[in-house]
Amino acid sequence: MRLEPRADSPLALQVFAPVGAVVAALALCAALVAWTGAPVLRAYGLLIEGALGSRFALTETLTRATPLILTGLAVAVAFRAKLWNIGAEGQLYMGALAAVVVGGGMLDLPAWLLIPLVLLAGMAAGGVTLLGPAVLKVRFGVDEVVTTLLLNFVVLLLVSMLLEGPLKDPMGMGWPQSAPVIAAAELPKLVARTRLHAGLAIALGLAVLLWLMDTRTIWGYENRAVGANPRAAAFAGMPVTWIMLRTALLSGGLAGLAGAAEVCGLKGYLTLDLSPGFGYSGIVVAMLAQLHPLGVVGAALFIAAVFVGADAMSRAMPVPNYIADVMVATSLLCMLVAGLLTRYRLRRG
Amino acid sequence: MALSATGEPEVVLRLVGITKRFGTLLANDSVSLTLHAGEVLALLGENGAGKTTLMNILFGHYVADEGTIEAFGRPLPPGSPRAALEAGIGMVHQHFTLADNLSVLDNVTVGTESLWRIRSDRRAARARLLELAQRFGLEVRPDAVVADLSVGERQRVEILKALYRDARILILDEPTAVLTPQESASLFDTLRRLTADGLAVVFISHKMNEVFAASDTVAVLRAGKLVATHATSDTDRTRLAELMVGRAVTPAAPQPLAAGEPVLELSHVTVASDHGRPLLDAVDLAVRRRQVIGIAGVSGNGQTALAELVSGLVHAEAGSVTLKGAPVERADPAAMIRLGVARIPEDRHSAGLVGAMTVWENLIAERYRAPAFSRLGILRRGAARTYARRVIADFDVRCPGPEARTQTLSGGNMQKLILGRTLAHKPDLILASQPTRGLDIGAVSYVHGRLLEARAAGAGVLLISEDLDEILALADSIAVIHRGRLTPLLPNGRASISQLGLLMAGHWDILPEILDAA
Repeated sequence: MRLEPRADSPLALQVFAPVGAVVAALALCAALVAWTGAPVLRAYGLLIEGALGSRFALTETLTRATPLILTGLAVAVAFRAKLWNIGAEGQLYMGALAAVVVGGGMLDLPAWLLIPLVLLAGMAAGGVTLLGPAVLKVRFGVDEVVTTLLLNFVVLLLVSMLLEGPLKDPMGMGWPQSAPVIAAAELPKLVARTRLHAGLAIALGLAVLLWLMDTRTIWGYENRAVGANPRAAAFAGMPVTWIMLRTALLSGGLAGLAGAAEVCGLKGYLTLDLSPGFGYSGIVVAMLAQLHPLGVVGAALFIAAVFVGADAMSRAMPVPNYIADVMVATSLLCMLVAGLLTRYRLRRG
Repeated sequence: MALSATGEPEVVLRLVGITKRFGTLLANDSVSLTLHAGEVLALLGENGAGKTTLMNILFGHYVADEGTIEAFGRPLPPGSPRAALEAGIGMVHQHFTLADNLSVLDNVTVGTESLWRIRSDRRAARARLLELAQRFGLEVRPDAVVADLSVGERQRVEILKALYRDARILILDEPTAVLTPQESASLFDTLRRLTADGLAVVFISHKMNEVFAASDTVAVLRAGKLVATHATSDTDRTRLAELMVGRAVTPAAPQPLAAGEPVLELSHVTVASDHGRPLLDAVDLAVRRRQVIGIAGVSGNGQTALAELVSGLVHAEAGSVTLKGAPVERADPAAMIRLGVARIPEDRHSAGLVGAMTVWENLIAERYRAPAFSRLGILRRGAARTYARRVIADFDVRCPGPEARTQTLSGGNMQKLILGRTLAHKPDLILASQPTRGLDIGAVSYVHGRLLEARAAGAGVLLISEDLDEILALADSIAVIHRGRLTPLLPNGRASISQLGLLMAGHWDILPEILDAA
């Protein structure tokens, strides 16, 4: 068997690839479900019902998808410019940190002013966090995979220190958590009596904006050129260093916004378990979406649905909810193969 | 030619009906060839004509879809380089396959010794290597490390490697692409000694000169088909060029023009390297309007640094660069473009174009910020596509349209795209760095024609090329580059080809003689 490059990859194939990959992943995971002794079809039925089957399930899935869309966009934006940002998790926490500091009562402003300010602070904090590794990369060629990954742990320890020290909530019964943001900094709910908040609208709006930027503006044009061939971009006179740094600011900013939105829309305060790895899942989301901003929305919804649905399923059946992790990981692997098959053709001999 | 008992030259290799498809592309279309002992067969054809594919099938890198190969009367099992080696076929690739960190002797013997023997008999190996080297005029130092060898020496090692393995049929893929004229002459001398010894040689080429200098027979491939096989003495250049291209080709010839004022002046320009010797060493050069200045040299002598300097990618550490009379401070690519420099990079794939992007996106890459193509940061995609359609038509770029991905274009069309991007804006200076490397005859004459047209329109052209024929055909004056230093400009015709070859090899002691001859 050999791989031969395709001259063109038809649109139908590109759309079918992720769908096929997800179906293949579900089929593969069916074996694991069967292994636990549970009936496969009923298990998947419960999973789907748990993710989409009721008002509550649906809003929970959307709530869960919100930070995933933002971290997914963060990763997609960076990866498209070949800036390998593995640090969305740390940038998310930095954004959350900025949100509790700025929104914690230090400024007494009306909501229409305070909310944008808090979110912008979160973006700035996330962006600056990625700026460091990006500067090291363009200036000295330091591998950003290593620096951004390791910075995650530095950020977590910093947050931990602050939560045990200066930021510790005096009313928090001794738990390592910050004081909550004030009411004027809270994001409005999208659906009454659910946890779904305006962060979703912001995330969707940004996905569309980024797609427009990518295809319609000279910024997107430059980003794509630098991502696809930095040497040719530099030869044509594009400011490659500035493009890399501004991509870093945008990517880190999106991850920081995810953290700020989680704090202001959902949790209200900062703890060390604010994110169950949204930053890392963002990488999976972006890869599943083949780095397309609109694809990120679909991929984030899928992953959120799998996690929320698996939780519901595991409460009703003897299938542990870890199956969600396996399903997401399998989907990613299938997607990588599917992506390969859209670009290459499998041939005998 | 070596004759068999019957008086006919012995057939050593017979290819019958070789057909190979890649997807829908027919790379070889029932090609049949015979090779005799003592014969040098030139396999001539444009890029993409299927020469290399055919030889790769012969050597077992590819498996033919149809057809058979016989070596020395026995069928050759397909798809096995080892079987080809054992049948006495040796191949010297265009890109050498030597281990840089090993000695010449190690490179030649590697793979020929049994893993089970504790001690290898290096003395016998060395004696055999030296004997082969002496017999065929392939001078090498067995203990030199390959990394320290010149390109010509490396090629000799590759040939020795094949001979050491008892090759009786030697395949050379574009062997002269990297050699000076003198090195090429010495290679052809070696080929004659090999065939005198009864070996048969196939060499792949797209250069006419070599075919006449070295071959007994010439086979012409076009679009995968064998279109003709002639005794070399029975044919001529024009005929072969027509066979290769499939139509008549008229080479571009510059009309005499009076040079205008200087557009580019380099004065004592030095470009440093990361280690030791500078890439450009106190270079002086002037390019005037309506003038083509050719920079000749063996690859790796500072041509890249000179091109990057004029492209705005590197800075002069010392000396001054003057464009149209004004000194250039802090040059960068964008500034050079603004100042009217059209830059044709030596590597169109990696520096010239973004392959994953479309034709129109590549065409506006140097001026997307101009009001014609963007307003307030928003791309004017309609205007850009219209512009692209015009350039595609003006420069005869063969592609499905402005939306085609650039990487699907052929090399010649990529180069036309770059020409269109730069020449459409009436440049004052054109930097053409290896502008026709890897292009076929048709595309070469197109590129040359466009450069001469721009010259006639008043541009100065700085032509950097490793192809001496190209420089001799186009340049008004020639400077030779060697180890970062540049000779004074010599009017084209002042120095003979062999004198230029000596200068390229660094024998600058002959310079006064050439200069005094005026």
